[in-house]
Parts: sequence; structure tokens; C-alpha cells
Amino acid sequence: MIAEIDTSLIDWSRAQFALTAIYHWLFVPLTLGLGIVQAIMETIYYKTGDEFWKKTAKFWMKIFGINFAIGVATGLILEFEFGTNWSNYSWFVGDIFGAPLAIEGIVAFFMEATFIAVMYFGWNKVSKGFHLTSTWLTIVGATISAFWILVANAWMQHPAGMHFNPDTVRNEMGSFWEVALSPVAINKFFHTVLSGWIIGGMVVAGISSWYLLKKRETKFALASIKVGVAFGLIACLLSIWTGDGSAAQVAEKQPMKLAAMEGLYKGDKGINLVGIGILNPSKKEYNDDKSPFLFKIDVPIPKFLSYLSFGDFNAYVPGIKDIIDGGYTTSDGSIALSALEKMKKGKLAIAALADYSSAKADSALFERKADSIKNAITAAECVVETADGDTILLLSDEVFATKKATVYSRIAESRQQLNDNIKYFGYGYIKEPSDLIPPISLTFYAFRIMVILGGFLLLLFAISAYFSYKNKFETKRWLQWTCLISILFAIIAGQAGWVVAEVGRQPWAIQDMLPTSAAISRLSTSSVQITFFIFLALFTVLLIAELKIMINAIKKGPQINEQ
Amino acid sequence: MDTTYIFLQNYWWFLVSLLGALLVFLLFVQGGQSLLFTIGKTPIQQKMLLNSTGRKWEFTFTTLVTFGGAFFASFPLFYSTSFGGAYWVWILILLCFVLQAVSYEYQAKKGNLLGTKTYKIFLLLNGILAPVLIGTAVGTFFNGAEFIVNKAQLTTIGNPVISSWATSWHGLEAAFVVWNVFLGLAVFFLSRVLALLYFINNINDDEIQKKSRKQLIIETILFLVFFLTFFVHLLFQKGFAVNPDTKEVFMQSYKYLNNFIQMPVVLVVLLVGVVGVLFGIGKTILSAAWKKGIWFAGTGTVLTVLALLLCAGWNDTAYYPSLTNLQSSLTIQNSSSSLFTLKTMAYVSILIPLVLAYIVYAWRALDIHKITNKEMEENEHTY
Repeated sequence: MIAEIDTSLIDWSRAQFALTAIYHWLFVPLTLGLGIVQAIMETIYYKTGDEFWKKTAKFWMKIFGINFAIGVATGLILEFEFGTNWSNYSWFVGDIFGAPLAIEGIVAFFMEATFIAVMYFGWNKVSKGFHLTSTWLTIVGATISAFWILVANAWMQHPAGMHFNPDTVRNEMGSFWEVALSPVAINKFFHTVLSGWIIGGMVVAGISSWYLLKKRETKFALASIKVGVAFGLIACLLSIWTGDGSAAQVAEKQPMKLAAMEGLYKGDKGINLVGIGILNPSKKEYNDDKSPFLFKIDVPIPKFLSYLSFGDFNAYVPGIKDIIDGGYTTSDGSIALSALEKMKKGKLAIAALADYSSAKADSALFERKADSIKNAITAAECVVETADGDTILLLSDEVFATKKATVYSRIAESRQQLNDNIKYFGYGYIKEPSDLIPPISLTFYAFRIMVILGGFLLLLFAISAYFSYKNKFETKRWLQWTCLISILFAIIAGQAGWVVAEVGRQPWAIQDMLPTSAAISRLSTSSVQITFFIFLALFTVLLIAELKIMINAIKKGPQINEQ
Repeated sequence: MDTTYIFLQNYWWFLVSLLGALLVFLLFVQGGQSLLFTIGKTPIQQKMLLNSTGRKWEFTFTTLVTFGGAFFASFPLFYSTSFGGAYWVWILILLCFVLQAVSYEYQAKKGNLLGTKTYKIFLLLNGILAPVLIGTAVGTFFNGAEFIVNKAQLTTIGNPVISSWATSWHGLEAAFVVWNVFLGLAVFFLSRVLALLYFINNINDDEIQKKSRKQLIIETILFLVFFLTFFVHLLFQKGFAVNPDTKEVFMQSYKYLNNFIQMPVVLVVLLVGVVGVLFGIGKTILSAAWKKGIWFAGTGTVLTVLALLLCAGWNDTAYYPSLTNLQSSLTIQNSSSSLFTLKTMAYVSILIPLVLAYIVYAWRALDIHKITNKEMEENEHTY
């Protein structure tokens, strides 16, 4: 049982979580975006009484419902996987991490579940006003749920508002508001929900364009496009702003992630932002002298990475090698420790915790024995066995007092050593400095894909909005084709964003506090492999079914609902 | 220990128990699914059944998720130990809920890949497996599970996982303890009883009414057999008690019987609950025109399950006992969140009555209109 945790178990546990998250994020952003679009449409219906808008809203609600079901299903798995596959994590930070999940359930999920039923089944049963309110509350509930789960995710990227309690051997919450309203959480919420809005806007524009290409449902399609592209355009503009905020936070809190995103090995002042590039596959070590790129073109604004990161064109941005080697001045003015120094401190923290726990156990024995010693008649009753297995014969009050004082000073010393090094606790589990480097190419390319597709979508929404509001969209077949194909681009951009966020923070489950290797459940690799493939098969079949149903519903079109 | 802390630990055990109790009541949706082919002989009858209990599936689902979240926030050591250890039981439960989540929406849709029949079978599977598995899993609260918790393990650098399961069955071994299975089957037949009562209340169709009333008698008998056997055994079995001074866990004869005697309020809740369930069923069977059975039996179910779960965790009882190492057993004291977190979450819990109020409001707004043949045939949104 004391055998080392198998690295394949870590990899498969990560793979299973990634699989579930990727599938979850295929469906959820669309519901976040479509939910608003359909609510806007129903509001127009409520204001104008025009049946056309009711039918238009109802069509998008149908698409929403098909997505919603499978989003819910994958979401359930994600929540419980924290327990099933990341049980050590769940104990180590459950005191903080559980709260947002519980609040999500109490505040958001019930709102969603209650009012979605009214939205679908209440058309002829409740008043128009109640129905409209329900449609809005469905998406408000979904968005609140996004907020709380992103609070949880942001906390893993930038832990705040907690302290380590050596008595309970876990982290405990010290400030709820620091957790819930951490700037990282707020930014992550907006950036992520906006990406959902972009996908929602693109899906509305894309499907409507398909009708135009087929010369069907023209009125419906043009009206939907107006709402979809305006919504998408606003979301795109706002997401540039939140994306900028996100880059600055990563630079400050997760410098290694930033370095990976940029393929930056050697840091400097006034660093350029890489526009596009191809990484050198023969670069295997962070400290070999090979060039990191086969080819790259920087963004034409000089020193842009320094500016994005720290708001200063001449700011120093550390590279991967710098972060491992340490010695540079960080943004807060301190000198960065090397990876080896952090690992040493981490091991000191872990050792101090072990010492603290055993001294604490001994002190409990002394306390318990204190009374019985006084009445002891035989020497055997005066024996205290310590956690180390030593037996101490307590012959006199004097000896007892000395031994007891030693135990209490051990408690104080170990506590001090723990406090001094707790910041690096997680580093104690790291074996090699190079283990601190996330997969570079995946992070680097995913970041480029997200940014480039995001820029493209912004342009597309702007052009589409222009033609749409000039009433010329109907004749622009090239634009309709582009919108249809770009549904895929919007989805890929969203997935790529999550890859940057989650792959880029490896090896950490919680930044600097707990690596994934120490966060897992003690299972056999084969068990996790089996469940991985079960989920893979199940989700894939359900995805195909979902797409087929959606395509059928689109082919049938909103007209059918009009009868 | 701080009395506020002790109060909050008990309060949160109450809330978790209440969520569990609501979940068992809401399993009537699963009961409805398991009866889909028993009561519904024609496609239109099946459609009415699906649209009756089925339109509440999201409540059951959401309650399950919230139950998980609340348990995580208030008793994280349970979350990590049980979910990470009894892996296969929880994975099976999750899988069958995934099947449910998509099946209502997809079964009647064109192009659904697997065909309507397959999705109905998925619903049937969830209808059977979910209550049986959840009931069996809850059985381990009284009969123990096979795990070890050792927090010191965190300082073993190559292998820092603190909770470990002692059998390679990873939770499936619970199914070999007959009393767990009896509870599982009791929950299963109860879910069917509740579903029948809901059909009777909610569907205006003579044939479904007649069939449901007939089936109700059979399901009630089976429910009573399994539940009473489990319950009588519970009262007489040894229980997992905690010494309040030393926190030591030890076996005590008649522990659960004593809990009811020492906590008369819980006993009253239990008795009112049982009477509610029996009255709801009994009057439905005796009076052919009476349709309100679900509300009595439903409330009764919530109260009964609440009392049972309180009995598992309150009054110095280990609610998740370890058979492998008695001192690893989880109690509401040794597995709870910090005082700060419990307090914060207690503020959040003030919202619960508000949530219940709007659920009741929206539920009533929809249920005033009964399910009829006519609604099913109109081209409105139906399952």
C-alpha cells in the first residue's frame, strides 16, 4: 500500500477529467449564448405581441433544449469526478472548494431546473409575463452557475482567502469574499461567459445563414441574424478587454504559464509578443542551447508582451529557464527563488507538518497521562509511548515536566518551520525542476488558435453586422457560407482557451499548493482506463445523437412550429 | 469544542439529510420510468407517463447534484473518502443519471441515432438502477464500508493519498451485504409507489388510473416487506457509537434504537412520516376518487428518510463507519468543514426556503393543468 503512486494513474485521471470537461464545454457555451438570444427574442414578442417573434424564440429554445440535456449530463460527471478521481484534492482544499459548488447547486441549478420547465411546458399554462420571466431566469440561473464554477476554477489558478491548518491537515477558508470576488474569478467569469455568447451569436448567425443559402425561412433568418451578430459583436469586443486582463493576471500569478504560451525560454526586458510561429521540435530540454522556434513572426507592436503583461513596454518578462533557475527580480520587487530552492522549502514544509503531527500526538499523550501519573503506583503505569515508538519512563515530576516541555517546543518549532515554508508546500512533491514546465507546444499553439480565431470572429461579426443592418446580408452568399463554417471556429476558439488555461498550469492542480500527482484518488490505473473509455464511448454516441437531432430540427425549421 | 461549531456540524448534517430525504422523494421520477412498460401499454399511454413524472426529472437531478455539492462543502472528508474509494458504485450511479439526462429530450426526437425504444430502455435502466444503487449506498451509513483514513499519509511524498479503500471491489462489495440491498430494494419499491400516486394525481386517463391503483397494492406490499425487514433489523443491530470525550468509535448494542429513544423529536418525525406514507397509500387504495395520496406519502417519505439519516449522524454516531479500521470511521465532527466555512454556508442556507417557495410556485402553476390525451396530441412541446 505504501508503493509510489503510478504516473500512469495521474495521466489517466487527468485524461478522464479533460475528456469530461471538453465534452461539457461543447454544449455549455452554446446554452449560455443561446439562452440570452432567445430571451431577447421573447422580450420583443412580449413588447410587440408579434407572433413571429414568439415562433422565432421557440425555434432557438428547441436548439437550446437539445444542448441543455447533454450539458447537464456531463456537468454532473464533472462535479463528482472531484471526489471520485481527485479525492486527495477534495480533502486538502474541500473546505474552500466545496462551498462554490454547493452554492452553485442551491442558488443556480434549482433556478435553472425550475424555470426551464416553465419555459418549455408553460406556454399555454402561465401568463405571458410569467413565461418571459421564466425564460430570463433560466439563463440567469445558468449564468450564475457559470459564475460559481468559475470562482472554483479561478481559485485553483490563484488560491486566495485561505490558510493551512496543520491540526486538520488541510487548507481552510479565511475569507469568503476573497475567494468569491477574487479579481481572477471575476475576470475568468466574464471572459468565459463572453466566449459562450460569441458561440451563441455565431450559431444563430450560422444556422440562419444556412436557411438563406437554401433560400428558406428568409424573414426568420434575417431577423435572427440581426440579433445574433449584434450580440456576438458586443461579446467579441468585451472579450478582448477581459482577455487583456487575463493576460496580466497570468503574468503576475502564473509566470510559467505565460512563458509556455509564448514559447519564451530566456526572458528579458521589452519582450515582443509572438504572432505566429512554429516551435522547434528538436528542443527537448529547457536548458539546451537550441533555438525554441523554427520560424516566428512577432506582432508588429514592439515590446508588446511586456506591455500586455505588466502595462510597461520595458518590463521584464521571465522565460522558462529563468523561472527554473531563479535569480531575477519579480514584479513585486523580490528576487525569484530557483525551482530547486522552492522544492527544498516545500520538502521542509512537508517534513515540518509530519513533525508537528507527531509532536502533537505525543503532547496529547502527556496531557492524558498527566492525571494518571499522579496516582500511579507502579512504574509501568508511568510509561508514555511516543509516536516514534520510544517509550519514556516517567519516574518523577521533574522528568515528566522536562519531557513535556521538549514536546511542546517541538510543536512550536515545527509550526514555525511550516509557516516559514508553507508558500512552497506543493513544491515538496515535485521530483525534478523540469516537472514544473507544462506541455509547451500544446499551450503555445492553443493560445495562438484562440487569439487568431477570436480576431477573425470579431471581423466577421463586424462585417455581418454592417451588411445585416444595411439589409444587404441576404445577397452576400460568401458571407453566409463564412458564417456557417465559422460555427466550428467559434467552438474551437473556446476549447483552445480552456486548453491554454488548464494545460498551461500543469503540473498544478492548485497553483504552488498541490500538484496533480498529490491530488488524486488511490485507484488502479486500469479502473480509470475502463471508466475513461466508457465515458468516451458514451459521450461520443450521445454527441452524434445530439448533432443528428439538431440537424433534423434545423432542417425541419421554425416553420413547423407555426402550425 | 466550541458549541457554535458543534451546533453548525449538527445543522449541516440536518441540511444534508434533508436534501437526501428530498432526493428519495423525488426518485418518484425514477419510479415512473421503471413502470413505463408496466403501466403504459400503448404509445400514447407511455407518452402520458413520460410527460407526467418526466417533467420533474430535472428536480431529481438537481437535488442529486446539490446533495453532492452540500456534502462536499460541509463534510469534505466524506466526499473524498467515499467517492474516491467506493468508485464503482458512484460511477454506476453517475452513468445511469447521464442516460436519464439525455433520454427524455431525445427519445421522441427525429434522428436520435439509437431509436425511441433504446432511450426508453435507458429510462427503464435509470429507473431501476438509481433507486437500488442509491439505497444500497445509503445502507453503508448503517452497516459500514471498507476504508482507511490516515491524514499523516499526506507527508509521505511519493504516496500522499490519505483515504484508501480496503477491497479491490471499490464499493461494489456493499451489494453483498444483505441489509444494504434490502434498503436499496425498499427505496426502489417506494419510488414506484410514489410514482403510481403521482400518476393518479396528475394524469386524467381512466385506464392509467385503474392500472395504477391496481399496481399500487403489489408495490406497497413489496415496499413494506423490504423496508420493515431493514428497519426492524436496524433497531436491533449493533451500531457505530462515538465516545463524546475520547472521540473513540465503538460498537454499541441497540445503538439506533437508543438514538430514537434519546432523540424523541426525531422519533416523532419518523412516526409522523411513516403514518403519512401509510395514510397516503391506504386512502388511495380504499377511496377510488381520492387523488391526493402523493402529497401525504411524499411528505411522509421526506420525514421518514430525514429521521433515518439524522439517526445515522446525530447523537454521537459515526455516520460513515469503517469496517476495516473502526477509528477511521467518519463522524460529523471529524469529517466536517471548518467553523468558518460552515458558518458562511449557513448564511447561504437562509436562501433555501426561498428556493423551495419558487419551486412550489412554479410546480403548482404547471400542475394545475393535468396531463391529458389531448395535450399529448396537440403539437406543443412534449417529451
